[in-house]
Amino acid sequence: MYQFNFHKADNLSTAVELFNAFDEPMYIAGGHTLIPTMKQRLSAPSDVIDLAKIPDLDAITLAGDTLQIGAMATHAKVAASSLVQGHCSALATLAEGIGDRQVRHRGTIGGSLANNDPAADYPAAVLGLGAQIVTDRRTITADTFFKAMFETTLEPDEIIQTIHFPQVDQAVYLKFPNPASRYAMVGVMLTRTAGEARIAITGAAASVFRAAAFEEALTADFSLPAIDAVTLPAETLNADMHASAEYRAHLCKVLIKRGVNALSS
Amino acid sequence: MSGSLIGKSVLRKEDHRFVSGKGRYTDDIQLVGLTYAAFVRSPYARADIKSFDVSDALAAPGVIAVLTGEEVAKDGLGGLPCGWMIHSKDGSEMRQPHHPVLAADRVNYLGEPVALVIADTQLEAKNAAELVMVDFEPLTAVVNPATASQAETLYEAVPNNLCYEWELGDEAATEAGLAAAAHVTTLKLTNNRLIPNAIEPRAALAEYNSGTDEIILHTTSQNPHLVRLIMTAFVQIAPEHKLRVIAPDVGGGFGSKIFIYSEETALAWAAKKLGLTIKWTADRSESFLTDAHGRDHVSEAQLALSADGEFLALKVKTVANMGAYLSTFASAVPTYLYGTLLAGQYRTPAIYVEVDSVFTNTAPVDAYRGAGRPEATYLVERIVEKAAAEMGLDPAELRRRNFIGRDQFPYQTPVALEYDTGDYEASLHKALKMADYNTFSARQAEAEARGKLRGIGLSCYIEACGLAPSQVAGALGAGVGLWESGEVRVNPTGSVTVLTGSHSHGQGHETTFAQLVADRLGLPIEDVEVVHGDTGKLDFGLGTYGSRSLAVGGSALSVAADKVVEKGRKIAAHLLRTDVDNIDFDAPVFKMIDSNESKTFQEIAFAAYVNHDYPSEELEPGLAEKAFYDPLNFTYPAGTHICEVEIDPDTGVVEIIQFVAVDDFGTIINPMIVEGQVHGGLAQGIGQALLEQAVYDDTGQLITGSYMDYCMPRADNFPDFKVGMTCTPCTHNPVGAKGCGEAGAIGSPPAVMNAITQALGGIEIDMPATSEKVWRAVQTMPALKTA
Amino acid sequence: METIELKINGRKRTLHCLPNATLVEVLRDQLHLTGTHIGCDTTQCGACTIHVDGDAVKACTVLAVRSDGSEITTIEGLAENEASHPMQKAFKACHGLQCGFCTPGMIMSAVDLVNKGCAVDPAAIREGLSGNICRCTGYQNIVAAVLQGASEMQEQSS
Repeated sequence: MYQFNFHKADNLSTAVELFNAFDEPMYIAGGHTLIPTMKQRLSAPSDVIDLAKIPDLDAITLAGDTLQIGAMATHAKVAASSLVQGHCSALATLAEGIGDRQVRHRGTIGGSLANNDPAADYPAAVLGLGAQIVTDRRTITADTFFKAMFETTLEPDEIIQTIHFPQVDQAVYLKFPNPASRYAMVGVMLTRTAGEARIAITGAAASVFRAAAFEEALTADFSLPAIDAVTLPAETLNADMHASAEYRAHLCKVLIKRGVNALSS
Repeated sequence: MSGSLIGKSVLRKEDHRFVSGKGRYTDDIQLVGLTYAAFVRSPYARADIKSFDVSDALAAPGVIAVLTGEEVAKDGLGGLPCGWMIHSKDGSEMRQPHHPVLAADRVNYLGEPVALVIADTQLEAKNAAELVMVDFEPLTAVVNPATASQAETLYEAVPNNLCYEWELGDEAATEAGLAAAAHVTTLKLTNNRLIPNAIEPRAALAEYNSGTDEIILHTTSQNPHLVRLIMTAFVQIAPEHKLRVIAPDVGGGFGSKIFIYSEETALAWAAKKLGLTIKWTADRSESFLTDAHGRDHVSEAQLALSADGEFLALKVKTVANMGAYLSTFASAVPTYLYGTLLAGQYRTPAIYVEVDSVFTNTAPVDAYRGAGRPEATYLVERIVEKAAAEMGLDPAELRRRNFIGRDQFPYQTPVALEYDTGDYEASLHKALKMADYNTFSARQAEAEARGKLRGIGLSCYIEACGLAPSQVAGALGAGVGLWESGEVRVNPTGSVTVLTGSHSHGQGHETTFAQLVADRLGLPIEDVEVVHGDTGKLDFGLGTYGSRSLAVGGSALSVAADKVVEKGRKIAAHLLRTDVDNIDFDAPVFKMIDSNESKTFQEIAFAAYVNHDYPSEELEPGLAEKAFYDPLNFTYPAGTHICEVEIDPDTGVVEIIQFVAVDDFGTIINPMIVEGQVHGGLAQGIGQALLEQAVYDDTGQLITGSYMDYCMPRADNFPDFKVGMTCTPCTHNPVGAKGCGEAGAIGSPPAVMNAITQALGGIEIDMPATSEKVWRAVQTMPALKTA
Repeated sequence: METIELKINGRKRTLHCLPNATLVEVLRDQLHLTGTHIGCDTTQCGACTIHVDGDAVKACTVLAVRSDGSEITTIEGLAENEASHPMQKAFKACHGLQCGFCTPGMIMSAVDLVNKGCAVDPAAIREGLSGNICRCTGYQNIVAAVLQGASEMQEQSS
């Protein structure tokens, strides 16, 4: 790891002030993407600003129908939260399937979203569940948050504060892990609210995306025959040594079908 | 008391230090005045080095020195040699390109070291390594072994990139067998390239004492004496008596720590040159790039059968990838550890094998758990299973028809080996029973009803272990004899220190060898301490690989213990004023045959060192005996592995439903340890079949350079394995042991792949059977079973 | 240099470290607690697993400076005042280790698994240990050890 200066912020505004005072600053949340990247010398911030001491940034609360998860909530905390399990068990299941138990003790939802790894799980949850990202300065809808691989619409100094998950009628998350990294080779969040189907897919493309054709078909008729003829065009999907684009497209459909089965039974 | 410890699952003596964090691995060692090294490595698979500029690095904070390949050349260091000479068909010697400790003018694989930086801290060394400016001029790399002999020549002295073109067996007889066959089964396959991945990365710590001119090198080695021999006799960094090599606790090897690498050699050289104490520990990414890889064969085979399924001939053509340089034992792996095993457990009368070994711009390839024998077993057991399917025979029955019978030993195969003993039918029978083989079709039907494809696959493997009878090894080109040494040193109070030239890096020698010696001498196991891994403590040893430790190293200790008993009888005779012939050793007591008088082992031990009245011409004081045991033959562990898989046709995911391994390792000292060795081998073999592969792109960049892409087996990849044993003791060593370290990795890959092939209705895929490959195969099945 | 205070294996320590030092480096190089090992650089092998404030974490992926004020247990401190922790005993009794390199991290993960009530059956243990790589054992005896260690830990606490 290269040298850097370390700063602890005890509130959001101090964090932003610190950020704007330096050349190449970085916020650190759980650090479970940033530290490995820095260890491999692929990232070299001049200053690292620690968000861990900001009070209540990891709180999980229910406000009416909305589940509010603090950005610094760890995957383990989300997975174990009875509020999360009660509000949306698919979200708890998703959190329980991220990385491994040691990683889940440290990695955070906010860090994962800000990083927007194309194979991360949380982007599928946020997009599939139609969540809102509340930052230190505004609220961003899931549909406009994820921009491209490792890119979001966050300003460089902007900090995610909470993620608001609305109530959905039904949700299921299905993941086909990369056997080596255990990240999602394909991950599908399928939800239904008032008959409207919503599907977010991670791992398959440069960034999480919604499967519009499947959503449309399933909103019209939530059944397997309804999507029989629907396919995901492979052209825009990732291809690597672990899976071709064609195979990823196929897996997406398999997982969607399994999701439909799960929500129909 | 004799016999009381053999065959007992004694808990391991070494474990307390490991479970309490008190193991002492190379990187754990802290010394006063320690400095740290970082290596500068080639970012290209092949490039010319135009120049080095080390000025910025030398000026960086904490930097003590920067040494490049130019200094290595200036100091006249020898290259890293390969210890096994192979001759081509035409009688010519294999071609061995110079393997420099640090490259000076040309790099030949990604990650090849070209310089090392030494600094006060590890961080400073790594920072400065980035400042060493090397002007590389990239060249086109040769990566694919299958086409390497037609590609651009990498070394002037190696036409067509061919290290050797080797053959074994009777070509004419084999062709005749093929011509006479009622059926010929053909098979093409690749044996996927693997990266060993011992969890402890390689490390070295070299200290130099200018007062004594001695270098002490701590290093992660499976054979420290060989490290010393090569560094002194070939690389010539110091005289042999001025280099002490210590391999302390070593965190796994699997072959990869047999070899003598650039890094520890450069460290020992630099320590002396600069008068420093220097440590280097590999990052995992360095391990991926530079630990010797394994396997990497491309093969074609034809098996000739008579109408009733009798094997008539086997013909094999293999291309083996050596990587960029010949690693320490690389040349022997695809030849004498491979071609000689192609008879398998069968009476195949004619076998002919050709192996072309090629150089490519990839990391050197050498022995990895099994080394040649997994490649042979994979080929033989895949083609036998395929022949059974083609001829409509039960694969177990076809094997039975061709087994070497238990009454046919010793059995001379057509590929040089003479098997001493075995009972292949016994292992097959037991394995079939344990696997409920007869009721498989019901399970298959039940799976089909659930929309799943189920398959069962057999593998009846054999291996040649206990490397090696020195005369045979020498005749086949080995540069060293492959005996082993041991010493049983009885202390005056009657406790025993056992020294062995074998090395334990997980195998549990401290327990098994203590059991062996304690049993022979009738002592409590607590009184026996095993010492290994230090050239300063033991004269010479050849280390641990090829499942040789117990069969060869244990035999040496057995002989040494016998010598201790003989000496003890003489001492007892002297003390009891009688003839040696009148003394019997009934462990642990030396008894007079014709009276009730006796001496305990402890009394003899004490007397050996403190008595003043020995007749000095007949009896020396002391009670410590050495033995150098040279085996008479290889040992031949063999067995049957059966795998049952279920495939999800929708995704191509393969699940191991059950895995049965029945092995014949001869006499077993500690069943708990042996079963553990089998489990570990199975995980690596199943890992090869389903998960693991090293992938280079066309330019020689390693795609699988971390655990993000190289799929390491985890706990949730496996079910519990069912392990069973049969036993025909080895006929020619005093322990009766055959070796158990590699069997799991040798027997399991074909069992897994045969099961998958069966589930896929005969469609063949190469290892690893990734879900995508399996899914694509399912798409081509006649009756597509996707939901 | 940053100054941090840690409670390590029951003992308070004040340490000075660079901001870019990882916790495992501080444990090994400054405190000579070399039972915590380093087996990879991508947060996967789990050889460096320790407990920080009661949770199993990978010490290679924690900046030491961020651990200021934390309570840390390493393999050396697991047994507290006894010779061995039940999980350490179980690993010995079940032959749950071979080369021993992954073992400290494996044991620390196993204890966390039991502490959090997740070591309920072999399948859960296999899943729960997916953050620890062992190259020697094939995992079977590790799973057996965790089952045995879990039942002994439960007996001890009841």
